[in-house]
Amino acid sequence: MFWGSRKTIDMNYFPDEVLEHVFDFITSHKDRNSVSLVCKSWYKIEKYSRQRVFLGNCYSISPERLIARFPGLKSLILKGKPHFADFNLVPDDWGGFLYPWIKAMAKSRIGLEELRLKRMVVSDESLELLSESFPNFKSLVLVSCEGFTTDGLAAIAANCRFLRELDLQENEVEDHRGYWLSCFPGSCTSLVSLNFACLKGEINLASLERLVARSPNLKSLRLNRAVPFDTLQRLLIRAPQLVDLGTGSYIHDPSSEAYNKLKAAIQNCNSIRSLSGFLEVAPCCMPAIYPICENLTFLNLSYAAGLQSNELTRLIHHCRKLQRLWILDCIGDKGLGVVASTCKELQELRVFPSDPFDAGNAAVTEEGLVLVSEGCPKLNSLLYFCQQMTNAALITVAKNCTNFIRFRLCILDPIKPDPVTNQPLDEGFGAIVRSCKGLKRLSLSGLLTDQVFYYIGMYAKKLEMLSIAFAGNSDKGMLYVLNGCKKLRKLEIRDCPFGDTALLEDMGKYETMRSLWMSTCEVTLGACKVLAKKMPSLNVEIINESEQTEFNLDDRQKVDKMYLYRTLVGHRKDAPEFVWLL
Amino acid sequence: MEVGLKMALKGGGGGDHVGGCEKEKMGFEETELRLGLPGGGGEGGEVVRKRGFSETVDLKLNLSSKPENSGIDPNDEKLTGLNKEKNLLLSAIDPAKPPAKAQVVGWPPVRSFRKNMLATASQKSSSDESSGAGEKVAFVKVSMDGAPYLRKVDLRMYTSYHQLSDALAKMFSSFTIGNCGSQGVKDFMNESKLMDLLNGSDYVPTYEDKDGDWMLVGDVPWEMFVESCKRLRIMKGTEAIGLAPKAVEKCKKRS
Repeated sequence: MFWGSRKTIDMNYFPDEVLEHVFDFITSHKDRNSVSLVCKSWYKIEKYSRQRVFLGNCYSISPERLIARFPGLKSLILKGKPHFADFNLVPDDWGGFLYPWIKAMAKSRIGLEELRLKRMVVSDESLELLSESFPNFKSLVLVSCEGFTTDGLAAIAANCRFLRELDLQENEVEDHRGYWLSCFPGSCTSLVSLNFACLKGEINLASLERLVARSPNLKSLRLNRAVPFDTLQRLLIRAPQLVDLGTGSYIHDPSSEAYNKLKAAIQNCNSIRSLSGFLEVAPCCMPAIYPICENLTFLNLSYAAGLQSNELTRLIHHCRKLQRLWILDCIGDKGLGVVASTCKELQELRVFPSDPFDAGNAAVTEEGLVLVSEGCPKLNSLLYFCQQMTNAALITVAKNCTNFIRFRLCILDPIKPDPVTNQPLDEGFGAIVRSCKGLKRLSLSGLLTDQVFYYIGMYAKKLEMLSIAFAGNSDKGMLYVLNGCKKLRKLEIRDCPFGDTALLEDMGKYETMRSLWMSTCEVTLGACKVLAKKMPSLNVEIINESEQTEFNLDDRQKVDKMYLYRTLVGHRKDAPEFVWLL
Repeated sequence: MEVGLKMALKGGGGGDHVGGCEKEKMGFEETELRLGLPGGGGEGGEVVRKRGFSETVDLKLNLSSKPENSGIDPNDEKLTGLNKEKNLLLSAIDPAKPPAKAQVVGWPPVRSFRKNMLATASQKSSSDESSGAGEKVAFVKVSMDGAPYLRKVDLRMYTSYHQLSDALAKMFSSFTIGNCGSQGVKDFMNESKLMDLLNGSDYVPTYEDKDGDWMLVGDVPWEMFVESCKRLRIMKGTEAIGLAPKAVEKCKKRS
């Protein structure tokens, strides 16, 4: 034991090494933050032993300060643009650049091993620098990012000798056609996870097969559209140990030799628990995968536009152990009935619109949701794009499923009332928040008055994120939420009649939150200026898309888009011209 | 910064649409959500809302694209009534006409990535269609010289240069854009008119094609354009002169 050799503080009976060891077991970010607040000694030990950091807003702190605070950093999660950027509400070049982070970490002695990014602008330059600066780099996960090409991926492949994970989800990547995959050196045998489903271009198939062949630890493989059926079959033979598979093109003649070979190969892959892809699909080839369906826990058919409702339901019949299902609305209400009667373990359901351009025509209604709620009592996470919703249905759902953590409803016509009663959907959503005491995330749609916000403020005590569009009548609505939802971290509002009174009533509230987004509301420039002046710990940004300059704009004028967030480092230096930092 | 109108900004709504009759236009303005300030009439009351951009693009329906919005009474309290009216308007789209794609920016809230993927997927599966083989890049970035921001347009939403031109005009409404409709194409065909266009201080739409070359918009048939266009840039006429030789060459080849 080390009793004699270490300085100890009165209340602190354990030497540092022991405390460090104890802290190793504390993995949640929240808990580690709490630990660091206990006393100076704990702060110091926690500081040096902290390896994983999560920054929900990359502008809340600077790279330099982060590195100084946690010199032992190995794993970093960064999020950049506000959520509504996903829906084209934030102009390009707003910000969220990765490069400064890589540059700073490269300069210091940070031994970065894992990087996970969401909605950030990632340049090839930053990927190249990343690949050259961190010899132990193991894992890169990019979600909804942009700004890079396959050249940047080539650098990662070529230089990260111990790469385990390259996971690209829904990124906009400029594809310079396939050679990047060939850049994995022959000595690279460490891959565990490879996901390039979002790439649009050709892939060097021979390189891919060789790579998979020399990766005995490969557990997750998600292919892009350019990988054909025969290659899939050969890959499966090489990697029967896969746990997660995303197919590329899944089209072939079911009477062919290749199809039979695939059938055989799949049957050998009895570890597969997660299936996705089918970006191009011939329905007649689906039976080949039935054998693995019974063990699936996650099925993502949300890009399989080639599958009709009857094919989907035939497939679902085999998936009794499903816990998460992502699907297109062409499954229809009846198809959701099949889900309800088959997938008793279902926890998460996402139903996407198969035609996201035509706001008139979703193929599911409140009926499908009610059926699922009746059949799947474990349901706790929902994203549901539908044609219409009724209060009665929501009330029934609330009664059947009290465990919702995430409830996101999107009625394609954003202000549609209950079609049966012609009433707003206040009561329905009210029932959801009353019944689901653990609700953390909520997205509303449909015709809604201030009343729904009254309910949310009253009952949604654990709510952390709320998305509102085209709802409410007055400032009261927003105030109910700000006053009642004590755990609120992210609030995003578009096209609602909330204005200055609501914005300025409790300015201190925003320091307890990560961010607030308000666009096309009734908030004036003057109010934003007042807020910015009174709260130096907040950055209040105005995105101005008209041609006017700051000098021409009257304080009484309403702002198009306002985004505010708490920060330790004041105004960011990389804001473009059209973003005004008040 | 209005520099000579080469193209009339469409007041009655651009390309594809549904009846902009007077009644609907008015009803549409009235259905804008208003803040009913408690106590009636707050400081924001009298101000003219200058939301040119939001009004024209960020609007619930494409029934009316009236950019001006003069002194609307902020104390309008018929909000529930308004919402109903708005709802009626939304459902009043004549089902006999091809449905106007509701032009609400960012609604439904689906990632552009997903929209693009589904767009390409549905094109591939409808292999009976004679047109549109191959990938169509739906969203392309649009930049305009002098404008502080980029936008994205989905080329798939338009069926002609005319419609695209209208949409671009709305997006960058205080600038004017050279005509790239059929008249504009004719202009390109006419060498001297082309030089006039480029010598003027108007803006000219250009695009980068698959080979990385910058071309004048309007050169090629619409379908071909959609397939090869990677991004759009609205250049000042004078700067686009460098592209003229290519366009002129092509004209010469055609005539």
